[in-house]
Amino acid sequence: MAIDDQPKRPVYNSPLTPEFNCEMNTSTQINEHIRLDIAGENVLILYFTELDFTEHDLTLGANEDKKEPSSNNILQSGISETVNSQVQQTVVLLRQHLANEIIDLIPSYASVLVMFDLLKTDHHQLRLKLQQLLKSCTIAPEQQGRLIELPAYYSLESGMDLPRIAKQAKLSVEQVIHLHQAQEYRVYAIGFAPGFAYLGEVDERIAMSRLATPRLTVPKGAIAIADRQTAVYPAQSPGGWNIIGLCPTDMFNAKAEPIMPVAVGDRVKFVAITKQQFLSLGGKLAD
Amino acid sequence: MLGFVVKNSGVLSIIQDAGRFGAFNLGLTNGGPADALAFNWANKLCGNELNSSAIEISVGGLQLTAQVDCVIAITGAPMPLTLNGKAKELWQSFTVKAGDNIQLGFASVGVRCYLAVAGGFTVPHIFGSSATVCRESIGGINGGKLVVNDLLVCQQMSTVSCKNIKLWQLPEYDIPTYSNEVVLKTVLGYQHQHFSVAEKQLFFSSEYKIGKLWDRMGYRLQGRPITADIDGILSEGISYGAIQIPADGQPIVLLNDRQTIGGYPKMGTVFSADCAKLSQYRQGDSVRFKPISIENANNLYHLNAARFNRIKLIRCN
Repeated sequence: MAIDDQPKRPVYNSPLTPEFNCEMNTSTQINEHIRLDIAGENVLILYFTELDFTEHDLTLGANEDKKEPSSNNILQSGISETVNSQVQQTVVLLRQHLANEIIDLIPSYASVLVMFDLLKTDHHQLRLKLQQLLKSCTIAPEQQGRLIELPAYYSLESGMDLPRIAKQAKLSVEQVIHLHQAQEYRVYAIGFAPGFAYLGEVDERIAMSRLATPRLTVPKGAIAIADRQTAVYPAQSPGGWNIIGLCPTDMFNAKAEPIMPVAVGDRVKFVAITKQQFLSLGGKLAD
Repeated sequence: MLGFVVKNSGVLSIIQDAGRFGAFNLGLTNGGPADALAFNWANKLCGNELNSSAIEISVGGLQLTAQVDCVIAITGAPMPLTLNGKAKELWQSFTVKAGDNIQLGFASVGVRCYLAVAGGFTVPHIFGSSATVCRESIGGINGGKLVVNDLLVCQQMSTVSCKNIKLWQLPEYDIPTYSNEVVLKTVLGYQHQHFSVAEKQLFFSSEYKIGKLWDRMGYRLQGRPITADIDGILSEGISYGAIQIPADGQPIVLLNDRQTIGGYPKMGTVFSADCAKLSQYRQGDSVRFKPISIENANNLYHLNAARFNRIKLIRCN
């Protein structure tokens, strides 16, 4: 059955076949703050938003039929500790209850990607299970994560972007360094590359957007800033974050136990060290 | 320990098993064979478990010398294959004797081949898998691609098993064909609601060319730019086949060695069997997308799996 009012197109690229509709809704609202969407033939993704009771009550009163709190909410609300904590709790719950059908999970700031085994379940069944499991899910008060201290050798020699950040912030280099280490950060997510921990949030004054052209090589251990996130590069790689120092601690070592010094939910504080300390802790400076 | 010695590593030859799952939380990607279908056939022709370690050869040029008697099979893109200088067919298993030289030429169409050995290559597992992800320096023999003089350990056939060996070939009509045009069935998802109906129609009716950046991490395409109503999203998990649309509007299809999380809006996800096909295409080849419901993608997945199990190999000795 063709849809008559559509412009005629060659058969092979007709986007509007009966089984498919560009306006189709692929999401399921599990409760007021968890939405489930499709992310592939064997992948679903859970999106979490912060529950704002006042706003929610108002919205519900104002338009009853608007079921779906737009995913824009995630963007507007930005990074949230409460939401991230719920992500972590959901991961534990899923690993506990759906270990058999799940291949792997990717938790991030406000989402959990659920990759499942199509030979053991299907998206209908899994959607129902996720609904049951998460519908009445409440946010338990979070146990405070461990506090991990990471040594940081901040200097012009190890942090080539310090002057640029200082200039933009109208601060001195010393003040930028001070602001970066004054803050306690939360580990929001691990990903992108092995051992890459996304830490947030840096003081607004030293937030700095990514380089327009990423560098081909960022050294291992580089402490860097992108927007209000900060991280330590676990290995030498290309990268577009702004480098402010070097950390001598291995962020990922497959042969070590633990493999990573930090886990999601931990708190991280950078502690300034001297060049001598950096070198004696095993840090290396590029020639 | 004996096996095969690498005489020429070719353009890019790497050890792969079915992939590394269960370490996404450390930021490790899954790796695994870019063309899982050809990989599975190579193992099946050797009578192996489908998760056995084999060599993925991209573009060609691999040259090995056997130190043991064994059975091997090579599947995938039509690279000219010789055993001691004499031409051999792909898609069938054959015996190799200690001292034999195996040489692969270069594929003119298609990109990747798989070389499996009966019993699989003995490669240590790291985080549960032997899959090589060069970008992570993880897997394989030393975290990277094969280099000259690497030793690929495998089982030696005993004299008894030599006599009872069964050699197989895939029926000709079941051998995949490789070309320069591919249609990628796509399940809408992720941020597709941030692309207007007009943008989606543009996306599904445009022809894209594979650009100069195409590798196991992802394929960058060039063509009509597609615009989302958002610039970026809070970084989130990326699935195999996810179609990222960065600010320049040029789609990127993310494959086996993709980053685990990222912040570009995504239109949806290419069906896994079509991702495997895509990995056999190269710069300049043309790509189209075709929407498919998740239900139909699931049907196709199961039909493909049933077909793979149903196909009877032909005994060739």
